Amino acid sequence: MDASLPAHMRPERSFQGFILALQRFWAEQGCVILQPYDMEMGAGTFHPATTLRALGPKPWNAAYVQPSRRPKDGRYGENPNRLQHYYQFQVIMKPSPPNLQELYLKSLAAIGIDSAVHDIRFVEDDWESPTLGAWGLGWECWCDGMEVSQFTYFQQVAGFECAPVAGELTYGLERLAMYVQGVDRVYDLNFNGREGDAKVTYGDVFLQAEREYSKHNFEVADTAMLFEQFKMAEAACRKYLDAGWKDDKREAHLMALPAYDQCIKASHVFNLLDARGVISVTERQSYILRVRELAKACGEAWIHTEAGGAA
Amino acid sequence: MPDLLLELFSEEIPARMQARAADDLRRMVTDKLVAEGLVYDGAKAFATPRRLALTVHGIPARQPDLKTERRGPKVGAPDAAVQGFLKATGLKSLDEAKIQRDPKGDFYIGLIEKPGRDAIDVLAEMLPVIIRTFPWPKSMRWGARSGKPGSLSWVRPLHAITATFGLETEEPDVVKFSVEGIEAGQTTYGHRFLAPAPISVRRFEDYEAKLLAAKVILDPERRKDAILADAKQLAFAQGFELVEDQNLLDEVAGLVEWPVVLMGSFEPEFLATPSEVIRATIRNNQKCFVVSDPKTGKLANKFILVANIEATDGGATIIAGNERVIRARLSDAKFFYETDLKTRLEDRLAKFDQIVFHEKLGTQAERIKRIGRLAAEIAPLVGADVAKATRAAHLVKADLLTEVVGEFPEVQGLMGKYYALAQGEDASVAAACEEHYKPQGPADRVPTDPVSVAVALADKLDTLAGFWAIDEKPTGSKDPYALRRAALGVISLITENALRLSLLKVAASALAGLSVKPADAQKLPSDLLAFFADRLKVQLREQGARHDLVDAVFALGGQDDLLMIVRRVEALGKFLDSDDGKNLLAGTKRAGNILSIEEKKDKRTFDGAPDAALYSLAEEKALAKAIGEVKAEASAAVAKEDFAAAMSAMAKLRPPVDAFFDKVRVNDDDAKVRENRLKLLNEIRSATRAVADFSKIQD
Repeated sequence: MDASLPAHMRPERSFQGFILALQRFWAEQGCVILQPYDMEMGAGTFHPATTLRALGPKPWNAAYVQPSRRPKDGRYGENPNRLQHYYQFQVIMKPSPPNLQELYLKSLAAIGIDSAVHDIRFVEDDWESPTLGAWGLGWECWCDGMEVSQFTYFQQVAGFECAPVAGELTYGLERLAMYVQGVDRVYDLNFNGREGDAKVTYGDVFLQAEREYSKHNFEVADTAMLFEQFKMAEAACRKYLDAGWKDDKREAHLMALPAYDQCIKASHVFNLLDARGVISVTERQSYILRVRELAKACGEAWIHTEAGGAA
Repeated sequence: MPDLLLELFSEEIPARMQARAADDLRRMVTDKLVAEGLVYDGAKAFATPRRLALTVHGIPARQPDLKTERRGPKVGAPDAAVQGFLKATGLKSLDEAKIQRDPKGDFYIGLIEKPGRDAIDVLAEMLPVIIRTFPWPKSMRWGARSGKPGSLSWVRPLHAITATFGLETEEPDVVKFSVEGIEAGQTTYGHRFLAPAPISVRRFEDYEAKLLAAKVILDPERRKDAILADAKQLAFAQGFELVEDQNLLDEVAGLVEWPVVLMGSFEPEFLATPSEVIRATIRNNQKCFVVSDPKTGKLANKFILVANIEATDGGATIIAGNERVIRARLSDAKFFYETDLKTRLEDRLAKFDQIVFHEKLGTQAERIKRIGRLAAEIAPLVGADVAKATRAAHLVKADLLTEVVGEFPEVQGLMGKYYALAQGEDASVAAACEEHYKPQGPADRVPTDPVSVAVALADKLDTLAGFWAIDEKPTGSKDPYALRRAALGVISLITENALRLSLLKVAASALAGLSVKPADAQKLPSDLLAFFADRLKVQLREQGARHDLVDAVFALGGQDDLLMIVRRVEALGKFLDSDDGKNLLAGTKRAGNILSIEEKKDKRTFDGAPDAALYSLAEEKALAKAIGEVKAEASAAVAKEDFAAAMSAMAKLRPPVDAFFDKVRVNDDDAKVRENRLKLLNEIRSATRAVADFSKIQD
């Protein structure tokens, strides 16, 4: 931890200071610090900077905050730690550096978690995303019995082998910050690190949104429109993928990213429909499969782009 | 003789894979050593979260020289054959070959001498292969090298290999090899946080000691012992008792290299939640132990955690952190439990209409109805109140839809009991919620409450009938629906509660209740009965009893009352242990053998009553008389279900049977006498059938 920081910027005092400390740490490790992707998604992994960049031979090191939308997890602002919108901090390093575990532990130190007094553990957790056609092996990282991060060595993404393998870290920011700040209710997090009248809490920023979106997600979201949107996104994704091939040889693709946006869109629309309870158990599987097929097709297109390593 | 030390140092190995991996490493290395002619004295393997280690001691320094003879072509064979022989044996010319004479002529014999190699070279060759082919249940690639095809797969990234070989008295050599750019050497590392510096090691003894100094207990058994002793001591010191949990202990020992046992507490209010739920929460989610109050036996508001570090603050932060998480988890569990209590079990049932039990067997709701109907039918047969059994069958599955069971599937049934009691159900109805799943295995308790028994039988019989009807029977090692366990459960329920039940009838009834109507419906009840017979045999065999007697009883036909079958088998077993029994069995078999030979010869059977007028010898008359008496006596005893008495009656057959074979020649020259004597032999066989088919009994 940087002792020269003013109190209101310290990771144990302020949520934003906490995020800034992580960004600074990973910037120093050579990561590009990206801003959140401008689309709704269920997890930071969906960000093209992870999903697509994990594919292909080119080195890639990036870190970013990504708002994660889990419509079903809404609790109308009444649960102390469940949110339908929360932040993930995502790090991806390709190829995975040999000292990734040490870097991770140093990042914890940078946000005030000292391994001399905290019990930090790597507990088996295999990661799989059926919608992304992706899997990897790694751990959930425990700090004093609490899961604070996911640590994964990607083996496959969008149905393609990762070569080389990327290491991915996902920090649950609210949960970690609550631990570091010592609060039991997410809405009590000090957001800006100030005290008294100047203090802004997480609740000041997000409580109303949680209530509104919970109502939206569970009660009002227009399902007829959403079903239509799913179909449209699916069709658009296919259309852009088809149109993206440079020529008939299908060796170079010029529109993987716009197509993948539609895959992200379809996935979020599906999550909304799921939260509304209008997708039956049997249909559910087929929707997941449809999104996966899009993700795979996008992966296929990506590896034929420049950043994906083609030619 | 020299020893091998091997350590594979990696990132954290999943706890559940460690023991197996250590064993595989030992097996693979020692098997290969033996295959290479290097017979060792002993080997032991260890695992921690970050390393697999192996010590093999007493390996010969060199392989023995190998001499083999190879037979070549005949003397004077064409040149091509000779050249091929020379090439295969490495001989320079035929002068180096011996000539051996055998009946087919003179042949060249080449003597191939393969000098033994140094063991360290053999090791250097085999170890990388073992590492590359190691059978991890799941493995992965990593780092820059994973961009190339054929890169190493390991359970998690492998960082260092230690491999030394040498005598105790000398500085050992490093076994020189490399895998994926990792050179084998003598450097390992201590505890991740407490002593991360590199350590140079020579051989197993200093390796283990240096690791210990670097806060790593290598041997998982020692870690377990330490955890268990410390946990017990810590609990005891505060006036509590550790609730032991072997599986948890195994897992926790695989999560730490340096176990430090600490105790935390939670708010006593949480103890209002059922203790099984508290335990499941603390155990499954947090991998912590619970403790009880030795005076009451009830859970205390404490838990025991096992940390991996000696914290500089004595563990205060770790305890506080764990308490926080456990508090949050317990509030969730409490919330689930309280939420569950707000809905009556019967109000949950509508949802079962939407839940498919099995594609071909309909919904859970349909299944629950079938169990209810069957339980009502079975209830009077097992002394249960029909109304209670029906009510219980209606409710027993409802807890599957509760929050707590959704979170912790292992408390299914038990939660049903809690919720049933809370909504004022009859105690037997509530008990059935838990007990109808029982017995789950040979070690599990068999319910005795008649309501539980009725529902447990109905549940299992519906499952068996259903999967029989759709032809999803267990085959070989495959039994995805645990049908063998269900059948064994039925057997235990019946025998341990001494129930009288016609299995054919209840099976037929269970089958009739299904909506699927298989083509071979007629024979399914007897198929199922045969499956029960098989299970009964397996059970008896596992208990060390004679399972062949089951066949002898089933062969009588019409036997579908399990209790009577078991009683009969028991009595028969005892009888056959006695001299009378053994001899009567021998006599009966002898009669059977003679009969089958003569029946074949004459192409006829010898049924029908013998003619008393044709008896000429006293032994014949005595036997005929005894058969008459024994038959009547045994049948009467069987009718009274007194199998012991039936066997005693049988015992009376022995002397006249023995005397008959002693004195009477069956194949008399007079055809009529012969026929009559064969009929008498047939009578022995039929008399013994009052208790069992003796021909099915193994000697």
